[in-house]
Amino acid sequence: MVERCVKVYSRFNRLWHWSQAGSIMLLFFTGARIMGLHALMPFGLAVTVHSLVAMALLVLWVFATFWLFTTHGWKQFIPRLTGFLQVARFYAYGVFKGEAHPYSKTLERRHNPLQAGSYFALKMLLFPAIWVTGLAYLSYGFWDSADGQGLWLTIIANLHVLAGFAIAAFVVAHLYLLTIGHGFKRHVQPMITGYDRIDLNPEEEAYLEQKGLVRATPLYKD
Amino acid sequence: MKLSALRVSVRVAAAWLALGPGWAQDAPTAPQEMPEAAAPELGAQSHSDPATRAANAAQITDPVAALTADHSKFDILKGPFASGPEVTAACLSCHTEASNQVMHSVHWTWTYENAATGQTLGKAHELNAFCGNVASNEVRCTSCHVGYGWDDVREAAPSDPTMVDCLVCHDSSGQYAKQDNLAGHPPLAPVAEGAKTITGAKATPVDLAKAALSVGQPSRENCGNCHFYGGGGDNVKHGDLSSVLFDPPRAVDVHMSQDGANMACESCHVSDKHVLAGSRYEGDVIDPHGADRMPGAARDTASCTSCHTDAPHKGPNPLLAMKLNDHTDTLACQSCHIPSFARGGVATKTAWDWSTAGRMDENGKPIKEHGYIQGNGAELHTYLSTKGDFEWGENVVPHYAWSNGVMRYTLPETEIDPTQVVEINQIQGAPGSPDARIFPFKRMEGRQAYDTDRNVLLFNHVYGPGDGTALWAYFDWEKSLKAGMEYVGLEYAGNYDFVNTYMYWPIAHQVAPKEDALDCAACHAQDGRMANIAGVYVPGGLNIGGKLGLVLLVLAALGVAGHGVLRLFGRKSGGHHHG
Repeated sequence: MVERCVKVYSRFNRLWHWSQAGSIMLLFFTGARIMGLHALMPFGLAVTVHSLVAMALLVLWVFATFWLFTTHGWKQFIPRLTGFLQVARFYAYGVFKGEAHPYSKTLERRHNPLQAGSYFALKMLLFPAIWVTGLAYLSYGFWDSADGQGLWLTIIANLHVLAGFAIAAFVVAHLYLLTIGHGFKRHVQPMITGYDRIDLNPEEEAYLEQKGLVRATPLYKD
Repeated sequence: MKLSALRVSVRVAAAWLALGPGWAQDAPTAPQEMPEAAAPELGAQSHSDPATRAANAAQITDPVAALTADHSKFDILKGPFASGPEVTAACLSCHTEASNQVMHSVHWTWTYENAATGQTLGKAHELNAFCGNVASNEVRCTSCHVGYGWDDVREAAPSDPTMVDCLVCHDSSGQYAKQDNLAGHPPLAPVAEGAKTITGAKATPVDLAKAALSVGQPSRENCGNCHFYGGGGDNVKHGDLSSVLFDPPRAVDVHMSQDGANMACESCHVSDKHVLAGSRYEGDVIDPHGADRMPGAARDTASCTSCHTDAPHKGPNPLLAMKLNDHTDTLACQSCHIPSFARGGVATKTAWDWSTAGRMDENGKPIKEHGYIQGNGAELHTYLSTKGDFEWGENVVPHYAWSNGVMRYTLPETEIDPTQVVEINQIQGAPGSPDARIFPFKRMEGRQAYDTDRNVLLFNHVYGPGDGTALWAYFDWEKSLKAGMEYVGLEYAGNYDFVNTYMYWPIAHQVAPKEDALDCAACHAQDGRMANIAGVYVPGGLNIGGKLGLVLLVLAALGVAGHGVLRLFGRKSGGHHHG
């Protein structure tokens, strides 16, 4: 095995990540306005932006889901138990002792088990929760006649907001974890350039070199 | 050539008609042009002679008028008239069915059979939170009746067709008025010293002939002279109907302003057989045909949707417009588009405490305190020995409630609970019900007399100079209430106290221009205007999910902060990258 700097995030992958990140930030900002947590924009404008960005993000998710399934990228997100305890132990204890991270990225598994697990939960639980409740909320005008006392809307609105905050909590942890290890900048860089340092077996190395997906010089030094 | 031939034939026909036999009066054609020389001669004929009556007809050289009848040309309207009923008799000589139509309107009967509740309502029957009751105070209260001489509301209004007051609605001379204590009659020479009209202005003798010759479609002046002064003064009662509406700025009323649509009252309150659309007993919540009615087609509802449909919001932001249109099955248009009432400088009475009436100054004289100066500079009374304490309000934020348009009243014999605020009228309509919307109301706060033995509201006798019992003359509650109850023939042992009351008045006028409609955040916020409204979820403000979520977010932030601090205290900062 040899560590090489190879392309792990395709252009679509990066576009997906950053437009999702930008959209989610906008949704947080406008959502907070709708809840009255700030008054930096009018309520009506916040609702408009929130609705439009949410619909754009849904379109992006449709494309991303299609892309994940056609490129087998979905396999990256399937959680597994191998190494889970070691990684958990590292974050709960080893990191304070200055231990090295127990997980090395491979081409097939660029996420550590804990990371894969939390991304899986995000995609399978929180994202569906937010868009199912969001679409129901947005389309209220079409089904409100079946909701005389507004009970269903109350439930949906509460779940929507709760899911939104859960995603915000995820973002907090996500950003914080970027500071562990090589530091914030070097964790963010691959999602911009597409290249990251990965352990390759000789076959992978030969294949990737032939495809021109290996950088001659690493992006950063230890 | 043709013209002169016509002139000759007209001349012949006119002469023949003038001198001809009786059956010729039915001749369908009237002369279009009368020879100048012939006119005086024909004018000497009797009033019933059609040719004579046609003498004033417009000539082909005259400008074409919009209406086919110019009442200023009718000899019969030239008077002289000695009384209002004499004018009405002249009107009825052509408009033979008019009085009968008027007499079938609530304007005349002051009686309203509410089919929804089975209650008999109307001014002649109910109690309100203002002067209380019409019964026993007639000639003062019935001064606004659309007739003459109704001096006892225990009986129906006079059945004589000439007792209908045509002029109060149709005068356009601007000088017709009703005196405030003559049961609907106008002030005629000689006018009593100190007499006032129903608007509170100094009464001057009315020229009935001038009024009769001026008649036309009712204008806002006609409606306003009564309806803007309900409760005994400008905007006292309704809150959204004040003298400002005679000529309102656009910001006060976008429909009635000359800079807006310049509409008259009847543009919305359309009439059919002298019955006008719109009611505060059974209001029109929706007009289901608003959207599919052809232009000019008849309508008999006075709801916003009659003209605007239930999807009135358009761009420039189609998403926002769609969202706003989503509101129309829950909210009445008025709730957003009348952000506050009593605008434009004229206040409305918001509280009336009768219990303090009767206090005198050190010399035993009645007191008048004027503690409120309204926007237009006028001083308003805040205490009167005759009436008690008052509060006033301008730019008042409405009280909001679900309403299906129907009001149920606390009628004279309805038992009340004096430990609670008594609602003089209760707004009907279940929250979330398809036939109801959230409407704005003026909530009048009262404190009124009730019978402590039977727990019913009491009739008060307030107006009656010289009769020894009227409150406004003798300041004695015991006498006043006894006289009031005796008058209507209801049981009363003489024990009374005062109870707090609410009375609700639908707010539907003073619609603001669209740019002044309520901002979303007026309701969509913590403790917004819909805070106490059941049956609807109003996004905005932190709900339970939001509070839980906020806790979750704070915990996450504290967690990573704690983790980070522990890392700082670790032997070596950081480890290998996390993957």
